[in-house]
Amino acid sequence: MNKKSLAYPYVIWAGIFIIVPLLLIVYFSFFVDGQFTFQNYTKFMEDYYIKAMGKSISLAFISTTICLLLAYPLAMVLNGKDISNRGVILLLIILPMWMNSLLRTYAWANLLENNGVINNVLAALNLPTVKFLYGDGGVIFGMVYNFFPFMVLPIYNALAKIDKGLIEAAYDLGANDITTFRKVILPLSMPGVVTGIIMVFMPALTTFLITRLLGGGKVMLIGNIIEEQFTRTGDLGFGSAVSMILMIIVLITLAFMSRKGTLDEEGGLF
Amino acid sequence: MKKLTKRILSAGLVGMMTLAMAGCGNSAPNGQVVVYNWGEFIDPQVNKMFTQETGIKVVYSEYANNEEMYAKVEPGNVSYDVIFPSDYMVEKMINKGILEKLDFSKIPNYENIDVRFENLPYDPNNEYSIPYMWGTVGIVYNKKMVSEPVDSWDILWDSKYKDQILMYDSERDSLMVALKKLGYSMNTRDEKQLEEAKNLLIEQAPLVLSYVGDEGKNKMVNEEAVFMVSYAGDAMIMLSENPDLEFVIPKEGSNFYVDTMVMPKNATNKDNAYAYMNFLCRPDIAAMNAKEIGYSTPISAAREQLDDEIKNNPVAYPSEEVTNADNMEMFNDPSDVIGTYSSIWTQVKASNN
Repeated sequence: MNKKSLAYPYVIWAGIFIIVPLLLIVYFSFFVDGQFTFQNYTKFMEDYYIKAMGKSISLAFISTTICLLLAYPLAMVLNGKDISNRGVILLLIILPMWMNSLLRTYAWANLLENNGVINNVLAALNLPTVKFLYGDGGVIFGMVYNFFPFMVLPIYNALAKIDKGLIEAAYDLGANDITTFRKVILPLSMPGVVTGIIMVFMPALTTFLITRLLGGGKVMLIGNIIEEQFTRTGDLGFGSAVSMILMIIVLITLAFMSRKGTLDEEGGLF
Repeated sequence: MKKLTKRILSAGLVGMMTLAMAGCGNSAPNGQVVVYNWGEFIDPQVNKMFTQETGIKVVYSEYANNEEMYAKVEPGNVSYDVIFPSDYMVEKMINKGILEKLDFSKIPNYENIDVRFENLPYDPNNEYSIPYMWGTVGIVYNKKMVSEPVDSWDILWDSKYKDQILMYDSERDSLMVALKKLGYSMNTRDEKQLEEAKNLLIEQAPLVLSYVGDEGKNKMVNEEAVFMVSYAGDAMIMLSENPDLEFVIPKEGSNFYVDTMVMPKNATNKDNAYAYMNFLCRPDIAAMNAKEIGYSTPISAAREQLDDEIKNNPVAYPSEEVTNADNMEMFNDPSDVIGTYSSIWTQVKASNN
């Protein structure tokens, strides 16, 4: 047996559960009653579907940005040499991932309700209550909360792999903190940043659960439209076509990101 | 290498054969019955009692809505013996020719079913289905938070109650509300009427706190909102958990629905299926189920066995005048209009974007 054959189980698995379903989606999206047609795609060209797609992209973009702004400083701190309880903080980041994300999101929905725990505490302290849920705010919160670890970990990984000698060399050559960060640390951590962005942006773009539970069903994202076609309308053709359009957008984003960052270097996941 | 492959293959084959044999060799002496029902729609004790009494094993699985069930049953890959579709879905399945005509001589307990549930529009000659549970759709509201009388769908469009209204995240139920408010039939196919209903729902969208699924019940009990469009069965559960809640069927009329038992044509254990359906029509068993799930049983003898506050409750058991009113309707087969429904619903929900 050569080493390659060790990959066979996964190749077979991927063939049955990834490639075949993908081909089915392509087929369903182009054929209606056995006839080749673009009608499923032209159906998407309505302003309300395009608007839902635009909204999905903008909410995913906003949550990715927030995740990045929160995660990079945290990763820097974690990577600092004078931090003693790094393990504890890392554990705190990973710990919530041990629980099913559906349950966590349900829990947040209960905590954040207008009449929920957090608002009751605010009211008891005579503070004004806040409408957390039922809109974009709740959805963005849910995305940042659920996908934050996927941003921190790759960035932390990339930072940890930077040769400390390079940073010392920068200081020796007269660079101050800001220049060192800009010219040495940031470029070397880019693969982690790119991976983090991809790992957050993709699931945020396609989520339908967070919109349902934290957006109060009032925010219609592209994931919700796809889900609706499969579970309620039973329009597999249109659902497949929307999935295809979404996949194309994801692929374009990936191509763009991989040109921006150096994905094949250490620290990245791809 | 070749030898190894052969060995693995034969090991796999033996394994599969063992599995297949285990599948055939029933632990129960009288075979099995494969049941596909809604989630939380039976008293789990009932299945155990059925096996004890008949020696037939119950293979039981659950679905969340009619469409999910249909998507699984229609291709025929899995053969179920008893399924529980709602009225309009029965009609659709009859139209598709996938339901078996029932032999009522094998279901003697069918005579327990009240006459008012016979010959309903989805199965006009009573050939394919047996009523299992029924109910209406209305408004659940919190009487502590409303001073005026609630008797009309109009109140769900009152801007005074902005962010206090919960609607079902379902195009069918929401369009029903809008069409009834407009005084149209909820089964209309008229594009102008549907357009009007759509505009009405878009107008309502800013007032709606949330479009909910099962989580809506909790929100009403926790007083997160004042109004919710609700099935009577769900309302019974909410009312029992928060005494300030009240249920009303609006005067413009509403939806009256029946969930049924049917047998698909490709059922493999037909006699066992008849035995199972017959068992569920037995008054004491029907009473157990009604007590457990809060929905209303179509069997008077079973209703008699329920607690007084349930069996005399107009929420679960509105009088025949209420359900027979002209403006109380049942859904019919929506196959031809479901695409329109779905596009309307997307427009309503995207109107906030």
